[in-house]
Amino acid sequence: MTTETLLERITDYASRPNPFPLYAELREAGGVARQTDGSYLVGTYDEINALLHNPRISSDRRNLTVPYSGVAEGEEQLPASFIRFDDPEHHRLRSIATRPFGPPHSAGRVAGMRDEIAEITEELIDAFRDRKRVDIVDDFAYPLPVTVICRLLGVPREDEPTFRQWSETIIEGVDIRAGEDPTERVRAGEQARTAMGRYLLDLAEQRRGNPGDDMLSAFVNEKDPAARLTSEELMGTAATLLVAGHETTVNLITNGMLTLLRHPDQLERLRREPDLMPRAVEELLRYEPPVQMLVQRTPLADVEVAGTTIPRGAPLVLVLASGNRDPQRFRDPDRFDPAREDNEHFGFGGGVHICYGAALARLEAQIALAALLRRLGSPRLVEDPPPYRSSAVLRGPRHLPVEFS
Amino acid sequence: MSDDLREGRIVIVGASLAGLRAAETLREEGFTGSLTVVGDEPHPPYDRPPLTKQVLLGKAAATAVGLPMRRDPEAEWRLGVRASGLDTVEKQVLLADGESLPYDRLLIATGTRARPWPDAEQGALDGVFTVRTVDDAGRLAERLDAGPSRVLVIGGGFTGSEIASACRERGIEVTLTERGAAPLVGALGGVLSIFADRLQRHHGVDLRCGVTVTALRGDGHGRFTGAELSDGSQVEADIAVVALGAVRNTEWLADSGLAAGPRGVACDAGCRAFDMYGIVTDDVFVAGDVSRFPHPLYEYQMMSLEHWGNAVEQAKVAAHNMANPGPRRRPHLSVPTFWSSQFGLNIKSVGVPTFSDHLVIAQGSLEQGRLVAVYGYRGRITAAVTINMAKWLEYYRHLIETAAPFPPAPEAADRSAAASFPIHSDVPDPAVLSHGPTVTLTGHLPDRRLTRVWPTG
Repeated sequence: MTTETLLERITDYASRPNPFPLYAELREAGGVARQTDGSYLVGTYDEINALLHNPRISSDRRNLTVPYSGVAEGEEQLPASFIRFDDPEHHRLRSIATRPFGPPHSAGRVAGMRDEIAEITEELIDAFRDRKRVDIVDDFAYPLPVTVICRLLGVPREDEPTFRQWSETIIEGVDIRAGEDPTERVRAGEQARTAMGRYLLDLAEQRRGNPGDDMLSAFVNEKDPAARLTSEELMGTAATLLVAGHETTVNLITNGMLTLLRHPDQLERLRREPDLMPRAVEELLRYEPPVQMLVQRTPLADVEVAGTTIPRGAPLVLVLASGNRDPQRFRDPDRFDPAREDNEHFGFGGGVHICYGAALARLEAQIALAALLRRLGSPRLVEDPPPYRSSAVLRGPRHLPVEFS
Repeated sequence: MSDDLREGRIVIVGASLAGLRAAETLREEGFTGSLTVVGDEPHPPYDRPPLTKQVLLGKAAATAVGLPMRRDPEAEWRLGVRASGLDTVEKQVLLADGESLPYDRLLIATGTRARPWPDAEQGALDGVFTVRTVDDAGRLAERLDAGPSRVLVIGGGFTGSEIASACRERGIEVTLTERGAAPLVGALGGVLSIFADRLQRHHGVDLRCGVTVTALRGDGHGRFTGAELSDGSQVEADIAVVALGAVRNTEWLADSGLAAGPRGVACDAGCRAFDMYGIVTDDVFVAGDVSRFPHPLYEYQMMSLEHWGNAVEQAKVAAHNMANPGPRRRPHLSVPTFWSSQFGLNIKSVGVPTFSDHLVIAQGSLEQGRLVAVYGYRGRITAAVTINMAKWLEYYRHLIETAAPFPPAPEAADRSAAASFPIHSDVPDPAVLSHGPTVTLTGHLPDRRLTRVWPTG
């Protein structure tokens, strides 16, 4: 089959349980493959790494030369958050967003959530009592990060059904499905983002002058004028954080449990050696990354990648999950090795856009998986492969039924 | 052959970063013979970069900077004893305590020490410091805790600037003197040194450039009270930190017959030492700050790098080559890198900025205090320095490794108008600086004769 249809085959729902042979095909074709729609897939480690650090690669879709389908010219829409901007705007917004979350202004904030995350985890597992079967997604891997991000941002947990709907629509909007007109999907996603943004802005405004220990309070009560977000920037930023806090860690935890259940010897080993968990999580980020590809990059000038010239403005898809399995970089890449050394994976992307919430995601996954291993007696997969979510980008099981004693 | 190299006696002289990493790598390479590591300081290997940063800030105890071991190198540690000589014929290292250590292969990793104040009597005044060792940093940190009225820092290189930064962060008044036109000019050239100059003044450093300290004064009871400057002015201070660069620890090799001198121990790209005739040895290796080695990216000039990263990389190559025969040996080719944190900024560099004739601000700007400066030499990229933009460095490293044309295409998203205009990099002759350079590009020293040939008969 031609590599010009690779994206179509990767995004085909039938490939969801195992896209890795397609990624291998991409690498074997030289790592760069032009698609019939004019976009380019990149799947080898060195090339992805170079592009992640290349200042001529833009994350701003206004630099695409093909008009971005979905949003009509002049149509009102919520301003983008930092993930869709380039420096210096990206840097300004991301720095402001980081102030109440990470170093240098809030060093220790994530680490300080350890006990709280552990408590939420234990409560969720306590609810498994008297049950022989749970859905790791609905009963655990989804509610855990959602509860955490709600507390962090200052969003009432009971509003979850509302923003879950928005979040799902937003995720649909940024998905890629080769050969389909995305206009309606993208427009619906933008509308959901705006609605979520208004909801979050409203919550933030309630805390103006009356701050709690949450990030929305911090944003709206910032004293330094240079570090203040406009209302629209706050909407865009907070919506991004809520969605990202929702839709990625759930995959990391679920893919993690699925992988461990498929490798019972490694599962046993982690039970015996719990200190190995941080490295095991790094390996999971390599082996089954929650974000399989970055889909909104484009070159600001023609760039040469592994002998192929990618023209300015062409849509560029960096297949992170493929780079993570590149045998030129990782020895025995299709083997899950929780003690792997020299594991600089793309599980959180790379370069200036490297995952904002990486420290939190790591901590959540380490605590969550350790607790599952400790507390579930002889867990078994009920279905393999399990049913997957529709997204090829944020790839993970929709349900993961597990039986235990 | 290869089995032989996995056995026998290896002595490593130098128990700091390079010595430790070499010892670990030797074991990883399968070396099963006896391994002895000699260090003149009484401490197990420790990390020096925090000494001018966290330790002086009081955020880390001087005793808390030990280097983690990647594995136990199963070595005999001879700490607190100096190597005093080397007999390459009998193949033994002579120790200051009179003992001698026989070896089959030797690694020289004796590094550098702080250049002392040239007047020994003035340098011995109470309150005059250099910062190279953990003991130095611990003593200085204690004095800073006591709240001195003013600290005089002599020399505006990275060490001096970091010390000044730590003092200002603690609210201590600082005067910094630099003989060159601005701080950091020796390492980064004119443009970024002007930035460093403004930065230091903005942070309240009393900066005196273009002057030298001519004398350190005492109170008559051996206590430092201030200094006299070449412009006729005087500085009152309780503490003076002498940051004049480093001296390579090669004196012990004076009679060894190796190509060892003030600029280091010359070696080939495989870390094998040259003897004074320029003949390469096969049983004496060199790594870290004390070495001088030819670098292909820089026209095979003999380079000395006082960089953490170089010590690690070169030690690994040296150790690999000590345990493997000819065809399996590797060259030390890694691109030089270093970092510094001062005055709230993160400065990182790849390549050799002083090996340049022009530079261009490719991303960001001086005004934003975030930038990437790309340095070029005769039309190719030779270095890049980032200020608070380290995440882009990898891209420029690749350009340096592939000798990409200078100036780089001005197509970055965050380029400023300046990105299209290369300017002179304005790198001064190291001789005009207070402090020694941390990167030394050296040819030979034509005025230094090591041997004299007498006609006979």
